[in-house]
Amino acid sequence: MKIKPKAVRISIVGFGNVGGGVAEAIRRKQEEIARKHDIDIKIVGIADLKGVIVNENGLSEDAIMKLKTGEKPEDMTTLDVIKEVEHEIMVEATPTNVENGEPGLTHIITALESGRHVVTSNKGPLALQYRKLMELAAKKGKEIRFEATVGGAMPIISLVRENLAGNGIISIKGILNGTCNYILTRMVEEGLPYEHVLKEAQERGIAEADPSKDVEGIDTAVKLVILANSIFDRDVTYKDVEVAGITDITPEALKLANDAGYVIKLIGEVDRDGCLKVAPRLVPKDNPLNVGGTLNVATIKTDLAGDITVIGKGAGPIEAASAILSDIIGIYISP
Amino acid sequence: MKISMDIELKDIPGQLVLALKPVSNLGGNILSVLHQRDKKTPSGRIPVQLALEIEERGLDRLVERLKEKGVNVVRIGKERLKESMVVLLIGHIVHSDIRETIDSIDSTGFAEVVELSLSMPGVDKKSSASVTLSAIGKEELKEALGILERTVNKKGIMVISSI
Repeated sequence: MKIKPKAVRISIVGFGNVGGGVAEAIRRKQEEIARKHDIDIKIVGIADLKGVIVNENGLSEDAIMKLKTGEKPEDMTTLDVIKEVEHEIMVEATPTNVENGEPGLTHIITALESGRHVVTSNKGPLALQYRKLMELAAKKGKEIRFEATVGGAMPIISLVRENLAGNGIISIKGILNGTCNYILTRMVEEGLPYEHVLKEAQERGIAEADPSKDVEGIDTAVKLVILANSIFDRDVTYKDVEVAGITDITPEALKLANDAGYVIKLIGEVDRDGCLKVAPRLVPKDNPLNVGGTLNVATIKTDLAGDITVIGKGAGPIEAASAILSDIIGIYISP
Repeated sequence: MKISMDIELKDIPGQLVLALKPVSNLGGNILSVLHQRDKKTPSGRIPVQLALEIEERGLDRLVERLKEKGVNVVRIGKERLKESMVVLLIGHIVHSDIRETIDSIDSTGFAEVVELSLSMPGVDKKSSASVTLSAIGKEELKEALGILERTVNKKGIMVISSI
């Protein structure tokens, strides 16, 4: 006899691109996940600046649509939803804030204290308060998973923790920001200056109107901090990273690099000896880190398995949702 | 230190082993052996090109031992700077005294700037350069990169090093 799938109720806090992508991915995958993993994922609450919607039996598509258009919000705050609506997992998908981590930090702390697991795509809280959050989770017997914070759909944290368990990790080097990769790739292809290609990237929606977080290496640095803390057991924050961005890269430099057999990429590097650095680096053309467009890539140097390189889409709502979904399922199928 | 060496062997069996043994006996490491059996010298000997690594003080003894065994040593080439890397510089490279930048490496005695390509798109614009550094060993090469970084960082020049 087939047992009834376990009901897993989730709330989504922050309903922008990523939060919306999670709802969409769940809608598309709900049956498949129930069949394959015996987990019936239900969205019981969504909270956003636009308002809050709640239904303990699972929100309908209609209700979710209405929230998007700003109709019928409940008379509740985000923290009320996290604290008072019965659910197992809070998905935190508000935008990253590297100054103080808010509002995500408060959402995560509240969720853990209310006995919820946390799955997040928000880098700020982890980049600033990693240790504190992990200790709180351990104390409450809950999990925080955050695969979506580094490399989007590209698996890296669970790859190291699960598939490469038993290996010592020597270093991780990679391209962790798709916007910078796109700009550098286009500069090489077209021989155009940085400012020109940046404009093109902004027109195509690949770079933001204020691109400074991406092009100055801040986003890469924040991701690197999460890797340093979660994989290398360091206790660092974003302020500990040596950071240089790509704004000074010239077409001539790319040409000279090309003549010498290299490309220039913005590389984040962390190792077990204390290196924690983001900088434009020369990458040999035949190195696996030489990937183009908006792709992300990381080479994990291990003591047993040698070098493992993963390549994937670093950004995008469905890609982030993929990582979040795998974290949700992972909480229930891990031993 | 890396050495290239041309030797000539008698055309009788066992000569190659006879010539290579002293290298390992003296703590050297053979990198490559090119044994050209079909190219005899006018005196009927067989030319062999060797590349090997050996301590500088072991080299004289190696040549001595080869001669004792009847091996002709016809040429020794020393390649002192065996490690190289390319780095890029971006900034006002020329106008911030490029001479001093190069000297900071060359004056170390263990590393040199062996190649420099410069691209200057306009007087008021930043230049870009690719620089090849060579050094006598890996550690020395790393140190040379550190010296270069410290020298040019003061001048507001960005250094892009290899992964």
